[in-house]
Amino acid sequence: MGLSGKDLTGLRNVSPGEIQLILDTAAPMKEIIKRQIKKVPILRGRTVVTVFYETSTRTRTSFELAAKYLSADAVNIAAATSSVKKGESLKDTARTIEAMGADVVALRHPMAGAAELLGGCLGARVINAGDGAHEHPTQALLDLFTVREKKGRIEGLKVAIIGDILYSRVARSDIWGYTKMGAEVRLAGPATLMPPGMEKFGVKVCSCLEEALDGADVINVLRIQLERQQHGLFPNLQEYSRLFGIDRERLRLAAPGALVMHPGPMNRGVEISAEVADGLQSVINEQVTNGVAVRMALLYLLIGGGAQNEANY
Amino acid sequence: MAKEKAQILDQDGIRRSLTRIAHEIIERNKGIDKLALIGIRRRGAPLAERLAVRIKEIEGRAAPVGILDITLYRDDLMTLERQPLVRSTEVPFPVLGKTVVLVDDVIYTGRTIRAALDALLDLGRPRVIQLAVLVDRGHRELPIRADYVGKNVPTSKKEVVSVRLKEIDGEERVVILESPD
Repeated sequence: MGLSGKDLTGLRNVSPGEIQLILDTAAPMKEIIKRQIKKVPILRGRTVVTVFYETSTRTRTSFELAAKYLSADAVNIAAATSSVKKGESLKDTARTIEAMGADVVALRHPMAGAAELLGGCLGARVINAGDGAHEHPTQALLDLFTVREKKGRIEGLKVAIIGDILYSRVARSDIWGYTKMGAEVRLAGPATLMPPGMEKFGVKVCSCLEEALDGADVINVLRIQLERQQHGLFPNLQEYSRLFGIDRERLRLAAPGALVMHPGPMNRGVEISAEVADGLQSVINEQVTNGVAVRMALLYLLIGGGAQNEANY
Repeated sequence: MAKEKAQILDQDGIRRSLTRIAHEIIERNKGIDKLALIGIRRRGAPLAERLAVRIKEIEGRAAPVGILDITLYRDDLMTLERQPLVRSTEVPFPVLGKTVVLVDDVIYTGRTIRAALDALLDLGRPRVIQLAVLVDRGHRELPIRADYVGKNVPTSKKEVVSVRLKEIDGEERVVILESPD
């Protein structure tokens, strides 16, 4: 099989070979995005539905553009976040989607496991576009693609993931992705935002930021989720910035030419200084382009026809 | 495994065919002004490269060479058992106003060429598109014909024409295989 599962709910259950296939397919997709005519006919007549129970600009737009560049029709169901009981509303949503004849559903939902649940009640393929603090596999795939493109490899690189590990679904998917592809992953963040026992996943938990940055080839800066900031998990934003913010001085601790990545949206001056965000080592804008390419690759691999991919022969 | 039935071209045969096609391309287009060669993945790609080398030997100037991957333009993906790998399209020059010679190893139903024409037109608007193939085996399903043909080979639909090139297959010959069913 190309991709062994019907759905992409997380990177936990995806093999290194499957990740490789997705990245290899994303490269020619990126070439299409750079053309004057950004459209190929492969998914003509197919329908991609984005269902977002949480706000998002780039991920939803990225899925829609990916679908459109491949000639699929894309529609969005903007679901309300409050006032619905989650289990019930998801099943209602599933019925709606089924009735619309969707081939692929990209779901963002505040509840961990929502994509898997939806995938279980739908014939359509489901891609997890972020479920609670669980996983955000397409973000991790675009991170991997960006690193491979810039550094020529992933294996053996030192990758630092900095910030709110506890609530970050990006961190979770990144950890699966980077470790599967053979990178050395280091985590750093406030102790209150570092879940215990992360070493089990084959990563190194650093006691301070400097230790994580030392000689790093890639720095993944996570967003401080300001909406959770009131919960007293760290004293205040100034304090966070002082201890974990990536600025020019700290960037010097990393390997020369280290990549600076951020999933967006950025809190400039909090987890990352404006200077670093706009600096030469930042690949943050490139990540957005690569996100479209990776999602095009996934759509092709999921519904582009053929039960199996020839990569396995 | 399909059984080999007959050899249509050997190494010298392939070489002579390509040399003749190179001359025909130059003659038909009265030189190589605005000429570009674009090979269709996979075996059209090395053939386009070889034609470019010969054209340079004859004319003393090089024509640009590109590679077209037509996977995303195929009309049979939904019926295939194996999903093909998408590979890169590499056409590092504008095709606008060019005389583009598409190059492929075998023309059969014409559907690959239909896909290639669509893929090419999405890159821009060439002035002319011509088609060069090493083997024409007949059985067209679309109104498409080749401008330059290495060898016409009458075949039955049960047969497979296999072009083996050293860049991809490590040998140089064209054979007819009997389909296993």
